[in-house]
Amino acid sequence: MHLHIVDYAIIIIYFVFVLGIGFALRGRMKTSEDFFLSGRSIPGWITGLAFMSANLGALEVMGHAANAAKYGMFVNHFYWLAAMPAMCFVGVFMMPFYYGSKARSVPEYLRKRYDEKTRTLNALSFAVMTLLVSGVDLYAMAILFQRLLHWPFGASVVASAAVVAVYIYLGGLTSSIYNEVLQFFLIVFGFLPLAILGLKAVGGFAGLKEKLPSPAYAHTWANIWHASQNPMGINWFGTIFGLGFVLSFGYWCTDFLVVQRGLAARDMPSAQRTPLIAAVPKMFFPLMVVLPGLVAIALDPQLTKYLNGRYDNALPAMLGKFYPSGLLGIGLTALMASFMSGMAGNVTAFNTVWTFDIYQTHVNPGQPDRHYLTMGRLATVFAVAVGIGTAFIVLRFNNLMDYLQLLFAFFNAPLFGTFLLGMFWKRTSAHSGFWGLLSGILAAATHYSLYHYHVIMYPSDMAANFYQAIWAFSVCVVVTVVVTMFTEPRKEEELVGLVYSLTPKPRNQDLPWYERPGILAVGILALCTVLNIIFW
Amino acid sequence: MGLDIRLPIGIIFTIYGAILIVYGLVADPAIFASSDGVNIDIWWGAAMLVFGLIMGLLAFRASPRFK
Repeated sequence: MHLHIVDYAIIIIYFVFVLGIGFALRGRMKTSEDFFLSGRSIPGWITGLAFMSANLGALEVMGHAANAAKYGMFVNHFYWLAAMPAMCFVGVFMMPFYYGSKARSVPEYLRKRYDEKTRTLNALSFAVMTLLVSGVDLYAMAILFQRLLHWPFGASVVASAAVVAVYIYLGGLTSSIYNEVLQFFLIVFGFLPLAILGLKAVGGFAGLKEKLPSPAYAHTWANIWHASQNPMGINWFGTIFGLGFVLSFGYWCTDFLVVQRGLAARDMPSAQRTPLIAAVPKMFFPLMVVLPGLVAIALDPQLTKYLNGRYDNALPAMLGKFYPSGLLGIGLTALMASFMSGMAGNVTAFNTVWTFDIYQTHVNPGQPDRHYLTMGRLATVFAVAVGIGTAFIVLRFNNLMDYLQLLFAFFNAPLFGTFLLGMFWKRTSAHSGFWGLLSGILAAATHYSLYHYHVIMYPSDMAANFYQAIWAFSVCVVVTVVVTMFTEPRKEEELVGLVYSLTPKPRNQDLPWYERPGILAVGILALCTVLNIIFW
Repeated sequence: MGLDIRLPIGIIFTIYGAILIVYGLVADPAIFASSDGVNIDIWWGAAMLVFGLIMGLLAFRASPRFK
């Protein structure tokens, strides 16, 4: 890839703006609520695009392009089967409890619904997971810097980390959210021409189909019935239940990284619309991620011409092949924007959970608000510093996606069981949440050890991750139900606003139809069904 | 909130659009072989410029000074 001075100029302007937004917001961070929750004041379209963008890290962009090159259109399931129903569910059914209970974080909701120990377990596991994940984006950004500017890996990691740390340190969640909106538009404008140029080069969609390594690559659903027939080696049960239900609902509905964007919204309807607004661009993202991956494998089936032996190179290699100088600067800026938004999402989620759920609860309660604001800033610096360390751990892994799905299967999958029972079954007792969650995490650990030492076998690592999630979730649900049977239920009046059957439904009758969450969700699912049928 | 995010988005896209158009006009046409002979810099630069101007206009209309 050869960079011209114009490309460097475009990248530098991006950094100036990202830091500039942080500086512009510096004076507005007066209370901890401003810093961690943006004072709950942001319009729905902004939190919606930030919700989308916080999810668009290295995993989503480079990882799914790589998966598309490796497994074909099967990757569409991550969008149309996994993301869409879960995003609609969190917007319509779960956001009222998150936002309405005035919880400042996901673990804090668990304290209100269950008890202190459930919250602490979740806060600790979430903090660990987030730190491990944040290194992935730094790693991806550093690899890019290394290739483009020929900086050493260490220096590249530190430089990228410093930029993210500065803008969050200055402007907290607001700075992160505003930058995510900017990054969202840069990502769209940076990758869209790739879809157009790539499709043109292979002779349209029909030409692309002919050039793919096998006809199975051009189908989302057609080969799902038998594990042996689809490239990922997973049958319909593992796909629908493991990915479509447990992993996706676990991620979209309980991961504080995304939920936090909804909490920053200015009112309940905006909070409910946050994931629904995000779902619309998410639905069309395969165009910008899966399609370039397919074009890459169609042009280079042996991985020798452009891909250099690694699927992870699919997206950067296609940018280098199709983009002339000028547009190349925009494309690379889009890549960096995606890594930064993913990293920043993790850092803001970590500093909130650390400050509210660990530090304020267990280490140093009862301090004035200023103290926690300062702690949030220190936690930002700490999270970024640990992220630098985890970037070096990631360097030792050879596949980004397996690393991440493994972490999600450990922590998010059982958590979704705890949430589902807690929100929709009022009988669920205070103690049961902790034991269910703990046994779910232990089940994931046991499953992982058995797979790691080859006691049980799966056709691919991804299949192992899906089944690990199913086991973790099922064990969590069973243990929670059993413990509930032997313990006291909580008083109903304590659960108002926390449990579905005891909470007045949000009244949206006076909103115009296009602002009602239920109608938006039905529209999104209908459109998504059409896409599934077209690309069957 | 204070800061209208549409303003910085409008400014950066306007700048990027202008850079791409100017560069597309002065660059050696041979570099567009990669994009199949299309001067994609000019076309995409124009798209970004229009988007940037619309965002800037929306931010300007919402500003207290305009009202």
